[in-house]
Amino acid sequence: MASGLHQSEFKNPVVRWIDQRLPVFTMMDKEYGTFPTPRNFNYLWNFGALAMINLLIMIATGIFLAMNYTAHTSLAFDSVERIMRDVNYGWLIRYVHMNGASMFFIVVLVHIWRNMYYGSYKTPRELLWMIGVVIFLLMMATAFMGYVLPWGQMSFWGATVITNLFSAIPLVGNSIVTLLWGGFSVDNPTLNRFFSLHYLLPFVIAGVVFLHVATLHITGSNNPLGIEPKGPQDTLPFHPYYTTKDSVGIVVYMMVFAVLVFFMPNYLGHPDNYIPANPLSTPAHIVPEWYFLPFYAILRAVPNKLMGVLAMFGSILVLFVLPWLDGSPVRSMRFRPIARWLFLLWTVNFFVLMWAGGKPAEGVYVLIARLSTAYYFAYFLVLLPLLGKIEKPLALPESIAQPVLRGGGPLPGAATAQPMEKA
Amino acid sequence: MALRFVKSAALAAAMTLGLAAGAVAAEGEIHIPDTKYSFDGPFGTYDRGELQRGFQIYKDVCAACHSMNLLSYRNLQDIGLSADEVTAVAAGVQIPDGPNDNGEMFERPGRPSDRFRHPFANTAAARAANNGALPPDLSVITKARVGGADYIHALLTGYEEPPAGMTVMEGMHYNKYFPGHQIAMAPPLSQEGQVTYADGTKATVDQMARDVSAFLTWAAEPELETRRAMGVRVLIFLAILGGLAYAVKRKTWANVH
Repeated sequence: MASGLHQSEFKNPVVRWIDQRLPVFTMMDKEYGTFPTPRNFNYLWNFGALAMINLLIMIATGIFLAMNYTAHTSLAFDSVERIMRDVNYGWLIRYVHMNGASMFFIVVLVHIWRNMYYGSYKTPRELLWMIGVVIFLLMMATAFMGYVLPWGQMSFWGATVITNLFSAIPLVGNSIVTLLWGGFSVDNPTLNRFFSLHYLLPFVIAGVVFLHVATLHITGSNNPLGIEPKGPQDTLPFHPYYTTKDSVGIVVYMMVFAVLVFFMPNYLGHPDNYIPANPLSTPAHIVPEWYFLPFYAILRAVPNKLMGVLAMFGSILVLFVLPWLDGSPVRSMRFRPIARWLFLLWTVNFFVLMWAGGKPAEGVYVLIARLSTAYYFAYFLVLLPLLGKIEKPLALPESIAQPVLRGGGPLPGAATAQPMEKA
Repeated sequence: MALRFVKSAALAAAMTLGLAAGAVAAEGEIHIPDTKYSFDGPFGTYDRGELQRGFQIYKDVCAACHSMNLLSYRNLQDIGLSADEVTAVAAGVQIPDGPNDNGEMFERPGRPSDRFRHPFANTAAARAANNGALPPDLSVITKARVGGADYIHALLTGYEEPPAGMTVMEGMHYNKYFPGHQIAMAPPLSQEGQVTYADGTKATVDQMARDVSAFLTWAAEPELETRRAMGVRVLIFLAILGGLAYAVKRKTWANVH
């Protein structure tokens, strides 16, 4: 070995030459090749890889859209329709990008749900989880600004409603709104800065995703049993085991994506966004995109504007402290008889909020939204801290490779796994 | 276990989609009757004859007030007109152009590359001619209304006498399917035989409304047939790829399970 060079294991002389000077090949092999991964992942562990792929799809399609999009209030709507009609395969690129946003939220919501069900946010993965929440917030900001760009009615009025939320902040609220708008109403300067930021933020997300993955590779992955691997018999190298398993998930994901893009491209959108923005005509109901509906419901459930805004942001920010709110040392809900049901109820409740967010804020819908909002927060702020003290968890298995409960039956799914010879 | 989670994830996704649709469907309380079209369903295609009849309705009736800014005459080749026919259709209208070398605006016969001619010089002129109401541009109208083509058909055939006790404002017309039931547009398709179809189809009001709704659907989604055909191929490809990926996964994991 030449002094000062990295000791490379690669045989190919070119690869070796590079790897000695810049050990990217060694790094890739360590992090994605031999990386020891718990052997008992279920298909919910596909969703991190799916989110990564979705981000790449959004960036790739977005770059081509930006080549043909015009960020001006008088041209934006028509420029999007020109992409749909006159740009080669423009309709495909645009529908992939548009439905890609929905797919991204589906994938990431499942990813977050899985982490909550299997307690992946608990020590030592608190920071990994918190970085994930940052990614989720960045995604929401990016999606919101992207929805403004076609400059349809919902773009305009959605932007007006959401930016106006900041006016609830005491003293500086109105100044912040003016700053966001670049003027005194949602207008051309708003569209321009939103376009600029919509192009910037995905690359910020990519950077934070790098930190997310780097953090993951320090602690290693959690798994459905929520117990740490105790040795080589509990893990498998990432490649080929999880590269092949992720491939299956990726194809299924692509098929769902394809059904949306090719057969129901406007199903998740709102017809009003095909009406060019008109500041003089307010739509009957201003409804955000479906992935914002649960949070929109929380916003409207609180009668006071400032409190509503705080509740809405709080519903995401509470996730930052989730690792410390949940006092139970047991990660996986499989071994938490009470928390499991309360969390499944929380999941149903999330869909109730989503439904309520799409309804007009009147009558029984308000009551339902309020009860749902109360449960949303009670789960985090009351039930989880309390359960840490009073819940008696089931007996944890000895190890991942020997998941037989003392005095219990075999564990479903992993029961057939044989302890591996020491690798 | 794994299968159960795939199922629950699929269920969650389905619920998400269903709820979002519910949010949209809740908008209109008026029930819009379903009209059968050749492009219904995931594999439907356009009926070129119907589109051409629909274009005739647009040209002879709607175009008096409604623009279609996003369409050019050249696009009509998509609905089965030959290049010569398109040139003839375009040449049939006068398009404002200029300024010329003398700095003057002028009118000239249309060319296939021209956008559909505007019925009015500007929106103020359009309002002035229509009792203050602005006839919306029809380029993407079926994508911009809940119910799409069904809604357009319902609207065009939904004019009737207002129910007893309801007063319709001056210059407005009662329509069963219009939100609020008072629409500024006078019944555009009012009598059978209003248009004489070149292909001999009997021009009932229902037929004309159906044809123009189909034409407007094509105008809003000219890529629909290409898109669906590509979708079928993509899904077949992915199904085969998925089978292979699953087989590879099974083989790889055979020594672990």
